[in-house]
Parts: sequence; structure tokens; C-alpha cells
Amino acid sequence: MYRTRITDHLILILGSLMMIGPVAVLFLTSTHDAVEVHRHGLMASWGGHFLETYNKVLFEPGGFTGQATGMRMLMNSMILGIGFAVGKIVLSMLAAYAIVYFRFRMGTFFFWVIFTTLLLPLEVRIVPSYEVVQKLGMINTYQGMIVPLLASATGTFYFRQFFKSVPDELLEAARIDGAGPWKFFIDILVPISKTMIAAIFIIMFVYGWNQYLWPMMMTSEEVYFTLVRGIKQIMLVWVGSQIPDYNEAFALAVLAMLPPVIVVVVFQSWFIKGLTESDK
Amino acid sequence: MATITLDKVRKVYAGTMEAVKGVSIDIADGEFIVLVGPSGCGKSTLLRMIAGLEEITTGEVKIGERVVNKIDPADRDIAMVFQNYALYPHMTVYNNLAYGLKNRGMPKAEIDKRVKEAARILEIDDYLDRKPRALSGGQRQRVAMGRAIVREPATFLFDEPLSNLDAKLRVQMRVEIKRLQRELGTTSVYVTHDQLEAMTLADRLVVLNKGNIEQIGAPIEVYDRPASTFVASFIGSPAMNLLDVTSDDAGLKLVTGTGLAGAASGLDRGRYTLGVRPEHLEIADGAASGEGLSLEVTVNVLEPVGAESFVYASFADGGPQIVVRVSSHARHQPGEKLYLKAMPQNVHFFDADTGKRID
Repeated sequence: MYRTRITDHLILILGSLMMIGPVAVLFLTSTHDAVEVHRHGLMASWGGHFLETYNKVLFEPGGFTGQATGMRMLMNSMILGIGFAVGKIVLSMLAAYAIVYFRFRMGTFFFWVIFTTLLLPLEVRIVPSYEVVQKLGMINTYQGMIVPLLASATGTFYFRQFFKSVPDELLEAARIDGAGPWKFFIDILVPISKTMIAAIFIIMFVYGWNQYLWPMMMTSEEVYFTLVRGIKQIMLVWVGSQIPDYNEAFALAVLAMLPPVIVVVVFQSWFIKGLTESDK
Repeated sequence: MATITLDKVRKVYAGTMEAVKGVSIDIADGEFIVLVGPSGCGKSTLLRMIAGLEEITTGEVKIGERVVNKIDPADRDIAMVFQNYALYPHMTVYNNLAYGLKNRGMPKAEIDKRVKEAARILEIDDYLDRKPRALSGGQRQRVAMGRAIVREPATFLFDEPLSNLDAKLRVQMRVEIKRLQRELGTTSVYVTHDQLEAMTLADRLVVLNKGNIEQIGAPIEVYDRPASTFVASFIGSPAMNLLDVTSDDAGLKLVTGTGLAGAASGLDRGRYTLGVRPEHLEIADGAASGEGLSLEVTVNVLEPVGAESFVYASFADGGPQIVVRVSSHARHQPGEKLYLKAMPQNVHFFDADTGKRID
């Protein structure tokens, strides 16, 4: 049997430091005030302005209209992240269900059509998408930010693979037990997919949380600002000789990082299960 | 409780692959029918057509007096036990049993009564709150049976339900299934490729080969009078010895040349396949005498299996190897010469071309 040696630990510790280091520096720097950050650059020491900075970032209104507090942005990001994740899961599960369990004309063809959209990133279709949303009158709404991006080839593909690995007998047993297509989906397929759902949820939540370009296109009102946008906003104060609030930007970055980290930490065991094994 | 009637049932896949070629069977109320055959013989397809999981290309399936060709599986009044059990992994045993009843809108109290009753019969009361994952193979098998029993169907359908169990458990569950079916008196169709299972469980056997019925009959009838060389070689273990022989004025001869004494009476000239089971060959003291078949062979291998041993031997001029069952105390050495005898009633003849039995 292989015995862990001290060098193994060293390598792992080194790796962890490389990953955690920048985050720690980011956090520590955010506790200094702006002038100090501007003068000395990144800091690796505790600055003592933690409460002050974070309080300001979270609760003090910023921006033009004064509607973009940190809490507001946090909430917007949350709505976007969760809206993305839930919407994409529902849509892609239904799509995969249709593709795997129903024999319809050109089913495989449609699957590949969905699949090839993977090759077309959002940026390619951003102008037409904008126009559609605009015509639907969904500019400056949460729906406008979320709905147009809900169709997910990745999600559909994952669920398709998962459903294909579910033994046919399960469907047959359910049919004999009198479960129709809808009942089979709700009573059996959804519950046994829960690890898969958790895995997709993480991926999609983080994806939605980190969206920058699309929300910026869709919204102009500051009520809809997300955290990721807020960071950018803080840095945009090169008016006259004013020093940008580096500390606040850094604090926002730390805040922006937290929810995805929490989601990953909470769901990680499910995440791994969902992508590697199946509960059948 | 119901009869099942299959009338010229055919299944054609993708327009060309004929999996079941016009099968007709009448199954009596309460009868235990076993469909047996090698893989790909169409037995599972046939069962799934009765269940309604597979469409019937042509022909008719009746359960009771009702033609069920177009009826949904759930409405056919059947219950099926699958090879991999197909339990719902996220439901407790209780809910696994109750699910079908709930879907029928049965009142809770009645469901509870039925589930408890089935659990008692199958001795799974203690596991009702567990998920299938936490059960052993045998227990899962019982739950699968339970799911069938609670529905109190007219027909049980079994699709190789024991093949995922280990040998010991298989024997135990086999006895259990037989007992249960007797108790409940439910018409049952059971699919297996295991001839031992088939023999022990069946009221009547249906031996299938390449989508055709080779023989239908009580197990012992099929064993005693196999209708074809296929049945002869499929039912019985080790398989029946089949020898290619020719018959002429001088009597029977192996096609390789060795003459065989006896047992030839009444056969026309021509080529035949002679069959004799390993257990019907006896070791004689000396060369041929009296009636019946006599063979002279040389021992190749002695294979002890415990309660008995099998001698693999061949003829002087080569030809096919034959198997003889001997007592476990026999100590035959390779190279030893043996004289074998078989009673005339235990020697079977089949047409060399069609494989059909000749009486």
C-alpha cells in the first residue's frame, strides 16, 4: 500500500497556497483604506478598516441614482444566479426527457441541433437576442436578463446522458404500475436525478452569477445592477484626480465570491456524485 | 385469475428481424407456464408482448376473454417481476409496493392492508422503511415479488427473476416462488434460460428456439420424449448424447463406421440422429448381449461432481465424445475400455435433417 509522505503534503500545501494566496491578499487588501492601497499596492496585512469598508459597500447607496447599494446588487446577482440555475434545469430536463423517452420524428436530429448551439457562444448572437428582448419589452426587467439565456445545451446534454443510463425496466415497471409520462417524470425520474440536478445547479448558478455582458446589455437602470457590474462601476471614477475606491472594489469582489463558494461547499458531495455515479 | 391465449403471435423488428414467428399457446387458469430457451429465442419478447411493453406485430393476445393487443400495460391486470428487479431506488420498500396501488386511486387504508399482507407473506415486514439500496439481492427480489403480489393481478409475469442471485439463494427463491404461486393460484408466465429452473417450476414447459415453439408439455414429458434434437440437447444436464447414425440391412452404424447393436428395430434405411441421456447409459460387464443399445468406448476423463460423476468417453474410431453418468464411487481411468448399455425405451431417434423426433 502507498504511504503518504511528507513531500506529498508539501506539494498539496503548495498548491493550496497558490490557490488561496491571491484570495487572501484580496481580502486583506480590502480591509485597508483607499489611499493606502493606492500608495502601497496589494497588502498582505490586516488593515483595520474591515467593518467600515464592508458596511459602506453593503449598505451605503452608490451610483448615480443612489439605488445601487451592495445589498441590492447582491440580491440582483442572487436572482440572476438562482433564476438561471432553476430555469435551465427545468428546461433542459424537459428537453432531455423528450429526447430520451419519446420517439418522435428526427429526435436525434433535434438533439444535435441543440447540441451544436454549444458552439455558438452568447456573444455571437448578442445583437439579435437584444433586439428580440427589446421588442418583447423586456429591457430592464429580470425576465429580460434571465429568460433569453435559459436554453441550455450543456444541461440538456448532461440530463440526456443521465436519462440514458437509467435502466429501461424502471420505466416499464412504472408503466405497469400505471404511471403515465408525466407521473413517471415527476415521481421517478426527477427524484432519481437529484444528484445530477445538484451538479447542474452549481454549474449554472455560478454561470449566472458571473454574467457580465448580458445583464449590462439588458439593463440600464441601477436597480438592476449586479455585483459583478458594481465592481466595475466603482473603478470608473477617474474624474479629475480622485482616487478610485480600490478597497471597496476589493470588498465587493470578496462579496461576489462568497455565494458561489457557499453553493459549491454545500453541494460538493452531491456535485461529485452527480457527475460520477448514479443513484439507481 | 385468468386464462391467457396467444394466437399466432408474431413480432417483427425493424421490418425484417422476426423475433417471434407465430406462437400459439393456451394457458389455463392458475397454470404455471415456463418459457425456456437460449438467449435470442424470443422468450422475453413474447413475455413483454403479454405485458404490453412490446407491440404485437400480428396475432392476438387474450387475457381472460379480453383481447389486450391495444390495452395499456397498467390496464391488463398483470404484474411483472424484472430480472434487475427495477425497484424505485428513491422510494422505501413500503412505497415501492404501494406506488402502483396509489396510481389506481385505491384508498389509503386498503393500500396499507395489502402492503402489510404482502410484506408478511414475503417476510419483508422489517424492511418496509428501508430503501432498496440497503437491501441484499434476495431481499430486493422479495420486494420485487411483493410489488407484484399487492396488485392481486390476474397474471404474474416473471422475466428471469432469479438470474441475478447467487446459486444458493436461487434455489431458495425458486422454491418460494413455486410455493407462492400454488398458494395464490395466479396464472403465471415465467421466462428463464435455466433448464433446471424451468423443469422444477413449470406445470408446462414451452421450449422456444429462434422464435418458434419446439415443444409444449409437462416437464417430465419434455424430458422423457423430447420432440426434437434441440429440445433433447437443451433440457437435461449434461445434455443428451446425440450420435449421427445410419441404418441399413445390417443394422445401426455410427456414421464414422462403428456398428451399434440393438435398438434399430423398425427404422427405414437412412440417416438418423440417435439420442441417449447420460443417466440412461449403464456400464455393462461385457460386450453386447440381449436387447437395447450397446456401445464400446474408451474413457477420456472422469469428472466427479459430488453426488455423481461423469465419464467422458469416445469411440475407437474417433467420432463424437459421449457422456455417461456413473456413481460417485466409480474409479474409471483414462484409457480404460467400457461397455455401455441403454434400455430400448431410453433410446431416442430423430430425423437427421429436420431434427424431429421419430417414434
